[in-house]
Amino acid sequence: MAAAFMEVLPILKALRRNKVGAMLIGLQIALTLAIVCNCLSIIQQYRDQMASPSGLDEANIFTVSNTWVGHADDPKVRIAADLAALRSMPGVADAEESNGLPLGGSGWGTGINLKPDQQHPSASTTEYFVDEHALAVYGIKLTAGRWFSADEIRDFHLGEDLSAASIVMTRRLARALFPSGDALGQVIYLSAPTPLRVVGIVERAQSPWAGISHDASAVENSVFLPERYLNNYVTYVVRAHPGALATAMGAVRDRLYAVTRQRIILSVSPFREMRQRTYQTEQSLSVLLGVLCALLLIVTACGIVGLVLYWVSQRRRQIGMRRALGARRMDILRYFQLENLLIAGTGAVLGIAVGLAGNTWLAATLVLTRMSAGYICVGALIVLALSQAAVLWPALRAAAIPPAAAIRDL
Amino acid sequence: MMLSYYLELAIRSLRRNVALTALMVTVVGFGIGASMTVLTTLRAMAVDPIPNKSAQLFVPQIDAWGPPTRPGGGADGSGQLFDQLTYRDATGLMQARKAARQTAMYAVSLDTVSLEGVPLPVDGRAAYADFFQMFEVPFRYGGPWSAADDKGRANVVVLSARLAARLFPHVNPVGRTISLSGQEYRIVGVMDVWNPVPRFYDLTQGPNSGLADADSLFVPFSTAIEREMPDNGSIRCNARVAPGFAGQLASECVWIQFWAQLPTQAAARDYKTFLYNYAAEQRRLGRFHWKPWVELRDVHQWMALEISVPETLRVSSVVAFGFLAVCLINAAGLMLARFSGRAGELGVRRALGASRWDIGWQCVVETAVVGLPAGVVGLALTFAGLASQRALHMVAGSAAAVARVTSLGDGMIAITLVLAVCATVCSALYPIWRASRLLPAWQLKAQ
Repeated sequence: MAAAFMEVLPILKALRRNKVGAMLIGLQIALTLAIVCNCLSIIQQYRDQMASPSGLDEANIFTVSNTWVGHADDPKVRIAADLAALRSMPGVADAEESNGLPLGGSGWGTGINLKPDQQHPSASTTEYFVDEHALAVYGIKLTAGRWFSADEIRDFHLGEDLSAASIVMTRRLARALFPSGDALGQVIYLSAPTPLRVVGIVERAQSPWAGISHDASAVENSVFLPERYLNNYVTYVVRAHPGALATAMGAVRDRLYAVTRQRIILSVSPFREMRQRTYQTEQSLSVLLGVLCALLLIVTACGIVGLVLYWVSQRRRQIGMRRALGARRMDILRYFQLENLLIAGTGAVLGIAVGLAGNTWLAATLVLTRMSAGYICVGALIVLALSQAAVLWPALRAAAIPPAAAIRDL
Repeated sequence: MMLSYYLELAIRSLRRNVALTALMVTVVGFGIGASMTVLTTLRAMAVDPIPNKSAQLFVPQIDAWGPPTRPGGGADGSGQLFDQLTYRDATGLMQARKAARQTAMYAVSLDTVSLEGVPLPVDGRAAYADFFQMFEVPFRYGGPWSAADDKGRANVVVLSARLAARLFPHVNPVGRTISLSGQEYRIVGVMDVWNPVPRFYDLTQGPNSGLADADSLFVPFSTAIEREMPDNGSIRCNARVAPGFAGQLASECVWIQFWAQLPTQAAARDYKTFLYNYAAEQRRLGRFHWKPWVELRDVHQWMALEISVPETLRVSSVVAFGFLAVCLINAAGLMLARFSGRAGELGVRRALGASRWDIGWQCVVETAVVGLPAGVVGLALTFAGLASQRALHMVAGSAAAVARVTSLGDGMIAITLVLAVCATVCSALYPIWRASRLLPAWQLKAQ
């Protein structure tokens, strides 16, 4: 311990002559650490978010959005005809029509009341209008109760009140509304004063804005209502048999055109694509931040190499003198490594403080979760290791200075 | 004279230490490249889309919901105003005609038939004739419809250049008819290419609406209402609505956008008073049960309120400028090494009669000489950064609008180079100051 102190003391004395240079390296280490740790924590959060499951059998689902032109009759007939055509397609397991889809980007939101005349809703949720096929189409797991039967499904035109009497909700929402776990069989109210009995609970179904909102309750609160959404613009959700997705998607346009040509098929896209589109910004920002972090580390390392190389050339005589007085190469090498450790260590401590402060600011301005102190400490160790590696080359050059340099430069 | 001597000195000394010079150029170049990439996009998204009129065009806001249901509002009267109006208020303001020009509008979705004979969806906008003059829409053929067409709910339409080129290639279609959702409309005008970025005239369609394309066609507002064209934009309601289009018109749902042209500040003040009186009148009539609250915002204020810089850009701008800071600190360290390494040479110059200022200027020239190539490197990296921003879809929006905000605008090249030189010189201020303070005798002795 005392020996180490004896070694540190002359370094500190020498550093006082190079105050500004040392400060610049320390500051650089601090900022680099603060930025890199915050970036990595953002990337980590995005990765978690992108990995969260929608609850659907994503690999085998695709959607078709369609609008009819020049029809005056009830869309109910047209939708029924289309669904019959879709369900009879080879490679298709089942199909249904809905007013929204997890990760779809647009959907319907509403408040949930536990009493008919409640002022402020107990929770907010997205509402999916589905039929008896939807459970099989989505591939959602039913954890309690039952799904809707065909005779429960009501017709719903825009602007009308709901006429359903039963409802299915996600487990998360059920727990939020009924913490004691007895959600099944309870009665709840959406914006209309019609009572809805909870007949089933599903494991998971994300909301349409799962990729947009960072609020966990907004992401996982969903209810299903046995309503046939009758509109001129519709979205069909189709589930293909495993391995048959591409074939079914290729054939679906012709199949629907065979029903009627008086339509515009706006898109046929696999669910995979929807997920990709939803998380596009998170994905690209992760790449960008990753590249910036790598560049930052390289720049900092280069800066350390450049400045220490200069210090070495400046101290050639002293180093030669030390060698002449009996210091081994190892001692010279150790001197520079230790000097760097002192500077970078101080910088890292500052960096931890700046990084945590920056994280607090980021968490307040953007919707980010806080990073743990342990996380940034690990980051500090990595930056210290990098700094030690960067100083190795100049330090080796210093160690290679012959004792004769003490007199040669005089 | 002196400058060319300093330049010669600078280049000679930089060539003596190529590795250090290259390192400095690269480091500053990376910092400039990263920050300019972000700055370019941020600047393009905040650019004034209509410079000679942005102080004359205003959006009125009226509190039609009151404290109970106003967004973010509790019983204490806090909260904010909606960016759209109810149909009732929009028509009220249109009928009052208190502004020099005014238009209510909403987005519609129609369908027509392509040249190949298949149905084609088109995004359109229902607006009043004033729209085209208010927003300085250029015309290739024909012109706007008339005020009489507005009043008479005429079946007339103005097409965008793109839609006209698609449906009527190489001809002037003015006077012809086009079938839209099963109804015949007479084409009265074809716009020239017009795609303002940000699309300031309608920023109400969610966070990316500033980077959406301008509409493909325009029909009179009154015609759209009579044809019951459904709203293709965002709509918010605070209560259940009676069924059908009539129910929506009579409701307190907000879904209509409104712009007024008020040429002078006095006119804007008068209009705000008029808005207040309008809301007070609604209160007297028993529709509003709260103190009138109205706002009037010009283009700049409106954009500041409505355009939220995407999270991706906010995060990357913080990181990019942090990166620049690290690069400049780095350059400062390297610069310090350079100048201290040349203390002997500078000492000789001092001893031969150069003043402190001379030495200082010499060092400034030398750093500026490093800054210029760093600016060029930064510029190249900015181009690369913007290209990757497009490739990675960092900014959500229509292809044309995204291309616009991810390309270097006027003067950005000069700004980049000036920023690079200034940043380099600033980072070297302390090393320069130190170099100019050298004691000549001391340096000579050390030699």
